[in-house]
Amino acid sequence: MIVAKQKPIEEIIETVDPYNRILVVGCNECVTVCEAGGKKEVAVLAASLRMYFMNQGRDIQIDEVTLERQCDREYLEEIRNRMDQYDAVISLACGVGVQFMAETYMRTPVLPGVDTCFLGVTEERGVWTERCQGCGQCILASTGGICPVSRCAKRLFNGPCGGSTKGHCEINKDLVCGWQLIIDRLTELGRLDDYEKIAPIKDWSTERAGGPRKVVREDVI
Amino acid sequence: MRLQYPSNVKVVRVPCTGKVDLIHLLRSFEKGADGVYVLGCMEGECRFETGNLRARKRVTQAQKILDSIGIGGERVQMYNLSSSEGPRFAEFATEMTQKIREMGPNPIKIALKKKAA
Amino acid sequence: MSLKTPSRLEKILASGQLAVTSECGPPRGSDPEAITRKAEMIRNHVDAINITDNQTSVTRLCSLAACIHLKLMGIEPTLQMVVRDRNRIALQSDILGAASFDIHNILCLSGDHQQFGDCPQGQNVFDIDSMQLIQTVRHMRDEGKFLGGDEITRPPQMFVGAAANPFADPFEIRVPRLAKKVAAGVEFIQTQCIYNLDKFELWMKQARDRGLHEKVYILAGVTPFKSVGMAKYMKNRVPGMDVPDEVVKRMAGVPKEKQPEEGLNICVETIQRLKECEGVRGFHIMAIEWEEKVPEIVERSGLYPRPRD
Repeated sequence: MIVAKQKPIEEIIETVDPYNRILVVGCNECVTVCEAGGKKEVAVLAASLRMYFMNQGRDIQIDEVTLERQCDREYLEEIRNRMDQYDAVISLACGVGVQFMAETYMRTPVLPGVDTCFLGVTEERGVWTERCQGCGQCILASTGGICPVSRCAKRLFNGPCGGSTKGHCEINKDLVCGWQLIIDRLTELGRLDDYEKIAPIKDWSTERAGGPRKVVREDVI
Repeated sequence: MRLQYPSNVKVVRVPCTGKVDLIHLLRSFEKGADGVYVLGCMEGECRFETGNLRARKRVTQAQKILDSIGIGGERVQMYNLSSSEGPRFAEFATEMTQKIREMGPNPIKIALKKKAA
Repeated sequence: MSLKTPSRLEKILASGQLAVTSECGPPRGSDPEAITRKAEMIRNHVDAINITDNQTSVTRLCSLAACIHLKLMGIEPTLQMVVRDRNRIALQSDILGAASFDIHNILCLSGDHQQFGDCPQGQNVFDIDSMQLIQTVRHMRDEGKFLGGDEITRPPQMFVGAAANPFADPFEIRVPRLAKKVAAGVEFIQTQCIYNLDKFELWMKQARDRGLHEKVYILAGVTPFKSVGMAKYMKNRVPGMDVPDEVVKRMAGVPKEKQPEEGLNICVETIQRLKECEGVRGFHIMAIEWEEKVPEIVERSGLYPRPRD
């Protein structure tokens, strides 16, 4: 899922400061799972903001709603008839949702309430780690299911580098070396010979480098 | 035991402090409460095993938030005791009341009163 | 064996003699004196001088420019090139830049992560990795073509090298990794500095078992300790470095004023022992901030004078 983390409340307060009627909008999917922007987080943020502004002597209206998700138009439409009541929206969805909300409601400022971080997994409650960088050309079949782009700090295709120490990355001893994982996996699968195949130079044009991307299914349009 | 404890303490009973969520703590302050404390069983003695541990984590979260918005994290606390410790119940009530008195009223309460007037 | 490039280093290695290389770190400023002075000190005691490329991600005068300064002094440089900071366009471009000054040696490296240096907030590139850079240089030289397929006018004639670290983890793939670099086209290797001789000799044995010592020239890396503090630092704080306790003890066992001498002794003994190691075709002396001792090390190891053209 997309993993995000909530912005520090001081930062949110600063962006919201010019406004008096605010809607806090959550998302029921990824940000709910990583406990950054779901219904609960919306309630907590709204209550905190209300108290903060009340304490400042300002009479601010802060309402709450959580949509199923903010990356599909049909859900964003659900709040159309109430948007004129607000002069700003704080969206706790990931960067995708914030932008889609802003495109859908061009005349209302849409402010982000979370920092979108990466595509990742829940290792355990409270701990999320990165797995995928969306390079657009998945090579997991040849690396035993472990991605060198997202799990090697240098995204080496023929790693590890000389800094790998006791299975950990040179930049952080708590970070496991992606290439150590690949080697261990290939060993378990009895495919260590694959290690010596030289991986070809990557075509990065399907990644961010190639510009903003689009997927179209002609057969479905 | 019919021990005395300050009359300003309103008790909300829950089957386990694990039922108390962060939003309940915050809403109390939003509605004007001067202080909130959570009384749970001794750690290790929760009949649902980790209910009181979750409560403690949530109380800590609430403290952080209340500090960051200028209300004061000390206004929310958690205490642990076993159900037979009647005198400790009264002790905590008194201690908490004392602490809140020193801190003064919740600024939200004052703001709400002003608004109503 | 017919030579593939005009590289003096290649010529010496191909002749069967032991080669000696060393390295200089460029300054954190634009004064070429800082490089030319060091190079001048060691020029008669080494066959080629590596210039490091923003090592440890600390921004310095670039390797290419420093190599050109050396070339203009009549000294044989080895261009070190990391893939951390440049994409494939810039890499190929800089290779041509070096070739335009007839620089004939290149060392293809990954590069330390930028977190270690002075710009930890910067982006990194890693468009291609060091293995693929080896392939690229070979392709440019032998096919005379860019990666994109077009012809290169006056292709670079570079002798291609890479680094190897017998001491990094996991040990089991260190020789397969060397094999991979050989398959990619590497022609000479400079290893990480050696203190754990047993481990190094084990690595060499495994390399020999696969016949790799006949496919690539391996130069053993050595660095003299200046003090026991330096030994401890390298043991504990430098990733991929193996400094056995006995070596640290040996440094600690002499009084402070004698430690530099002891460090040099260990270095010379290492070279003497490795001269007997089959497959070791030379030495890469990395005397960090102590370049003035390189002549002494070379002489005491019986590697002086260097072959003259």
